Amino acid sequence: MTAMIDIADANKTFTMHLQGGIELPVVRGVTFQVNPGECVVLSGPSGAGKSSILKMIFGNYRCDSGRIGIRHRGALIDLASAEPRQVLNVRRSTIGYVSQFLRAVPRVATIDVVAEPLIVNGMARANAQARAGGLLHRLNIPERLWQLPPATFSGGEQQRVNIARGFISDLPILLLDEPTASLDAANSAVVVELVAEKKRQGVAMVAIVHDDEIRHLIADRIVDVTSFAAAA
Amino acid sequence: MADPDLRENDEPLLVATSLSKSFGRIAACRDVSFALYPGEVLAIVGESGSGKSTLLQLLSGQLAPSAGHVAYRMRDGVTRDLTTLGEAERRFLFRTDWGFVHQDPAQGLRMAVSAGANVGERLMAVGWNHYGRIRDTASDWLTRVEIDIARIDDAPRTYSGGMRQRLQIARNLVTEPRLVFMDEPTGGLDVSVQARLLDLLRGLVAELHLAVIIVTHDLAVARLLSHRVMVMKGGRVIETGLTDQVLDDPREPYTQLLVSSILPP
Repeated sequence: MTAMIDIADANKTFTMHLQGGIELPVVRGVTFQVNPGECVVLSGPSGAGKSSILKMIFGNYRCDSGRIGIRHRGALIDLASAEPRQVLNVRRSTIGYVSQFLRAVPRVATIDVVAEPLIVNGMARANAQARAGGLLHRLNIPERLWQLPPATFSGGEQQRVNIARGFISDLPILLLDEPTASLDAANSAVVVELVAEKKRQGVAMVAIVHDDEIRHLIADRIVDVTSFAAAA
Repeated sequence: MADPDLRENDEPLLVATSLSKSFGRIAACRDVSFALYPGEVLAIVGESGSGKSTLLQLLSGQLAPSAGHVAYRMRDGVTRDLTTLGEAERRFLFRTDWGFVHQDPAQGLRMAVSAGANVGERLMAVGWNHYGRIRDTASDWLTRVEIDIARIDDAPRTYSGGMRQRLQIARNLVTEPRLVFMDEPTGGLDVSVQARLLDLLRGLVAELHLAVIIVTHDLAVARLLSHRVMVMKGGRVIETGLTDQVLDDPREPYTQLLVSSILPP
């Protein structure tokens, strides 16, 4: 099977110039693959570099060396050396990222925040909004809130809006950073269902999940990040 | 932010090659090279005196470089070196295919004539002569920048700062330019007014597929609007890349200092 994500020997160190140039090794020798329809969960204690690895796969953190191979429109592209324009293209049509917190855009209605990824990819606004509504409904965001900007919502509501926005697209790769962290059991169960649906559609996923029960429900494979511990 | 239609293989709109500018012994801008593609928003960030405004003037042909050149792909598909354009050709570019949003709206507007005339004037400059159509288009643009149509006959000197800036944007965009230069467009505004303006700009840029070169010292503005940033210091570009990469994972000491100086929201 052809991997969707193929990471080889990726390294990341932060150099803190304002703290006297102190070097903060993050991860070293990160190597793993993710196949279509598979959910890989990154495990390891807090600070082991799980979120950093997700950010490296998304092209948000730069790698010092190594390869972040992403299958994008049928060809393998190395995000570690890609031009900014290529990274943006990959994000638009290949990789979705559900961060821990919603970076809310002022004044934009919730329904449009969720529908935006589809509209950007050319779907008619009405169809995109209909799909957005369906997802918001499943995630128990009451319809009376859909026209409001999510900035004033509770943490859990914002996270559900974020999840809806992340899951609405038909992108072949999805990165999930603690998608259930501030959700109750009922909403966590919806996320587990959504992940299962994505697997059936052949989406490759990398997730960080602290809840053992949920990890057990969604993980096809666990990659232990402590094996990439940067300390020599 | 959203990035509609950034195609992988299209031609750049503007290419700067080894641009430098000295004022006497002071090098305001040194060896700057980059390419800008249609629909791409590039933020130039750095402190006052870093050379970013000089660079903007070089890029928009308002200042002649000491070395290097700027190539621009005209609407007819022909790429021209800006220094070889005649004054009339350059002014025509500014009236049609380019916009320039100044920090101080008074520099970009005619303060004593009506808002409608400020917008309509650009249309007349490109040959529109039907009063009714000009007025309709001007009204339409005032609505798009959220100015009450009832104010169309008032002069911008009666407007608030935020309204003036929105009017300046309407005046620039009415001719459907492909490239807009912006010099600290939210600079003199209250924070709440800034947020509204940024949100409006963000929508218009995506909707009209505009290429934008925006000079700002405000990294929050760069984050909200731009795809890519160039960090300038002492006239040089010291770091460049995807906006979220540079802001979330800054490499250069000076960029780290800039990023760490942002107050938490």
